[in-house]
Amino acid sequence: MTVAYRPRRDRLWFARTRSYTLFVLRELTSVFVAWAVAFTLMLLAAVLGGTLPQFAALAARPWMIALNVVALAATVFHAVTFLNLAPKATVVRLDGWRVPAWMIQGGNHTAWALVSLLVAYLVLRTP
Amino acid sequence: MTDTTRELRREAGTRTIRMEIARYRPGRDAEPVFEGYDVPLMADWAVLDGLTYVKDRLDGSLSFRWSCRMGVCGSCGMTVNGEPRLTCGTFLTEYGGGPVRIEPLKGFPIIRDLIVDIEGFLAKLSSVRPWLVREGEELPLGTEYAQTPAQLEAYKQYSECINCLLCYSACPVYVLDPDFLGPAAIALAQRYNLDSRDMGDRFDVLNAEEAVWGCTFVGECTRVCPKHVDPAEAIQRYKVTAAMRSVLPWGRR
Repeated sequence: MTVAYRPRRDRLWFARTRSYTLFVLRELTSVFVAWAVAFTLMLLAAVLGGTLPQFAALAARPWMIALNVVALAATVFHAVTFLNLAPKATVVRLDGWRVPAWMIQGGNHTAWALVSLLVAYLVLRTP
Repeated sequence: MTDTTRELRREAGTRTIRMEIARYRPGRDAEPVFEGYDVPLMADWAVLDGLTYVKDRLDGSLSFRWSCRMGVCGSCGMTVNGEPRLTCGTFLTEYGGGPVRIEPLKGFPIIRDLIVDIEGFLAKLSSVRPWLVREGEELPLGTEYAQTPAQLEAYKQYSECINCLLCYSACPVYVLDPDFLGPAAIALAQRYNLDSRDMGDRFDVLNAEEAVWGCTFVGECTRVCPKHVDPAEAIQRYKVTAAMRSVLPWGRR
């Protein structure tokens, strides 16, 4: 009986093609998304615990600003690509008419922008 | 042979392209090795024609699968210069002066030369029951089940799959974990899930870590699919279906 040859597992598969590399980089942005969540929770804890000045001092440190700028870029990239993929998972039919991908995508981006504007208004408004 | 073909052959006699073909001969090669062959560079020759030329004229021991030569049977999928392609629809002239490197589809055990073992895929395919499942009917069926154009449209895209396995070869999840159910099997499961005539339930097969939840949505399956089936979409759609059925109280389990 012929024994089939099983190629060895390629440990550098993600470096072989540009699309694989981009995919892995996108997955790695999840780490920054997690950091953004942790940072927000720290902010909430500071607000509720009355330690906002200490938190603000920590957040104003140069390394923290640098980290959060990178985290913002990574999170925006993650969010934009995530919303762009939404039409793949959401097939909406209205009376037999399939809602085109650009409408689902555009609707998601619009909703995201509106929520962001609302949050920005609540945070930045003069008391 | 027609006069035109003879003329083309004469003209191509001065132009050749180097094909570097992976050879694996059990009992002789411990692992695949590349061998080079010069074949005529004809404007209308697909990579499959080049392979046929090698087998007919240069080395009759070369083994590869093919059948329809028109992108329908899905037999001649191979890795061409690193990309999974149907060799009957990939032309030698795409590669300029060459060389063009032909390897078996990645991710599958190699039986010989360019022929891969697809038994694993066939088992996965049958596990999703890729046929119309009916209940409470006696054979032979005597009823006609007409469908509206909209009902046909709901699954038609997924029915275009020809089982060529290019999607598996392009999927890093499958290449890293051969137990992953994979793009084509899931797309074909969706082809029947979305068919108004089907009464089957494939939830237990699809709602698994090694089925839809194993997919990390790289999207390469859709990019390489020669029939525009979009398996990535099929998988993401079933993720939504499976999540709804798992979470919602009225979800059918």
